[in-house]
Amino acid sequence: MPPPAAADDGRAAPHDAHRVIETRGLTKTYRGARPAVDGLDLAVPRGSVFGFLGPNGSGKTTTIRMLMGLIEPTAGTARVLGRPMPGAVREVLPRVGALIEGPALYGFLSGRDNLRRFDAADPAADPRTRTARVGRALERVGLAAAAGKKARTYSLGMKQRLGLAAALLQPRELLVLDEPTNGLDPQGMREIRALVRELAADGTTVFLSSHLLDEIEQVCTHAAVMARGRLVTQGPVAGLTAAVLGPGGGQIRLTVTTPDPADAVRVLKEHGLRGLRADGDRVGGELPAAVPDGPPPPDPAELNAALVRAGVRVRAFGTERPSLEDVFVRLTGEGFDVAG
Amino acid sequence: MSRVESQAPPAGTAPPAARRRPSWSADLLRSELGTTFRRWRTLVLLAVLAAVPVLVGVAVRIQAGRSGGGDGRGPAFLTAVAGNGLFLVFTALAVTLPVFLPMAVGVIAGDAVAGEAHTGTLRYLLVAPAGRGRLLLAKFGTVVAFCLAGTLVVALSALATGALLFPLGDVTLLSGTSISLGEGLLRALAIAGVVALSLLGVEALGLFVSTLTDSGVAAMATTVGLVLTAQILDGIPQLQAIQPYLFPHYWLSFADLLRDPVYWDGIQRDLGLQALYAAVFGSAAWARFTTRDVTA
Repeated sequence: MPPPAAADDGRAAPHDAHRVIETRGLTKTYRGARPAVDGLDLAVPRGSVFGFLGPNGSGKTTTIRMLMGLIEPTAGTARVLGRPMPGAVREVLPRVGALIEGPALYGFLSGRDNLRRFDAADPAADPRTRTARVGRALERVGLAAAAGKKARTYSLGMKQRLGLAAALLQPRELLVLDEPTNGLDPQGMREIRALVRELAADGTTVFLSSHLLDEIEQVCTHAAVMARGRLVTQGPVAGLTAAVLGPGGGQIRLTVTTPDPADAVRVLKEHGLRGLRADGDRVGGELPAAVPDGPPPPDPAELNAALVRAGVRVRAFGTERPSLEDVFVRLTGEGFDVAG
Repeated sequence: MSRVESQAPPAGTAPPAARRRPSWSADLLRSELGTTFRRWRTLVLLAVLAAVPVLVGVAVRIQAGRSGGGDGRGPAFLTAVAGNGLFLVFTALAVTLPVFLPMAVGVIAGDAVAGEAHTGTLRYLLVAPAGRGRLLLAKFGTVVAFCLAGTLVVALSALATGALLFPLGDVTLLSGTSISLGEGLLRALAIAGVVALSLLGVEALGLFVSTLTDSGVAAMATTVGLVLTAQILDGIPQLQAIQPYLFPHYWLSFADLLRDPVYWDGIQRDLGLQALYAAVFGSAAWARFTTRDVTA
């Protein structure tokens, strides 16, 4: 499936119609503690799949709660679908589907009755089409067969799916999904990712918080990184690594497997590679970044040819770009599941 | 997973459904009622309330068979039950009003908001968006409906038990005059209504407590505790000065409906006091719930 059309890079004028979510200096302080969210300027372009990244405790869920009008900001403003929150909750939220901090269900009601209950709470939902919409939502998340069972008998993955179904009861302009693949098995994760891509392809903007970096890399067009309540960076995923790790898309790493590591190191050094290290029969090093006005960076194909010309026997040869994980660690300066 | 249409409407326009249907629709109230009355807890409370008149009736029957009459102690109207089963309705209401009914109402009201906050379903109702005022109103309506149901369950269970165990006939009022069984039934219905209304204060109080915490159990315990405290304070003679302001103070005035002519004074004071409590704690619940951060 082709990636959904990305709107723009998220740096245009305020109150732009292309912004589905926009915050200015959004801050939340709980009684005397350091701010849970501190001066957040977030811009989510319409049509994007926006990844919201950060270690546990970095303020992601607090931000989502403010966006959904559940808690009042201490300072700053938040606009969702162009309207101020929490002021315009009634107009905005029927057009938004949300999964916040995991699913919450009535255990003594069936899956279907849980959805009926949440649908009845939406004053914009038409009760005449309720049965049909509930049925479609259940089918869409693959729960149709278990719809009649009491929700307390559901596994965590099934509960997660039911929570997603609740967000899909109506066609939505924006989906806010907080850790949507939590508790799902790999097959379930794939299904949910496919569903997210499908929804995005239909034009729904998806705001997805996750601590799974590969998830963000796989489905998101844009991303923002939070650390200790502050926004560290945001923008298109493709540009994120470049923006953080330096010009030229960051350092490209070259790895050569050879029975002649010493010769390989010598040849590669001559071609300007840095940080060369031999580890058994594996030699690794960083390609120099492109510098304006400087010599062009060596072409990996040329390097391979040079190695062979110098009599180095090459078993394997490859390059890799820095991953989002590298970006993440660079930005937050901490390991991944550390509370901020 | 099947594919269904999901066309986002153009920017800046609300979907037509949002305009078509008024937001005060009774949908949410219906859903609240359905959810509350499908809970085991609710059904157990109603079953306990139904059992009280049966117990009282059977006890009176055994006592009557043994000695041919009571010794004048016990709850109001107890001595008249053996002669006329209809009096079991009055007795049962007099027995359940001070303790069982307010406790049951306290459980339902205390759990109303706090219980949903505890399980997290509150945040999904609010982002639906149920609307905080609308949700609180639906919760209050449901608590009132439960109270009405509880009172009716007591009255009907008492009537059935009374009719089974004792003779039914003309009712001799407290003033000494007699009325027909039909009119007696009407008065019983009126008394059930007054009893249900007498619990409005507890309902509003419980709902307010429920907005203060994220623990359903804590809210239930606090509400029931407040009911018991008010009852105890109402029984201490030295506290006469504050007693007219305690919500249980005029509760038993419903017996004045059994006079001829009906003596309205106490009932009016009772209902006035309940209205005051409902207004004060209803506003407090509103103020608290519409501004609080929902973090659970």
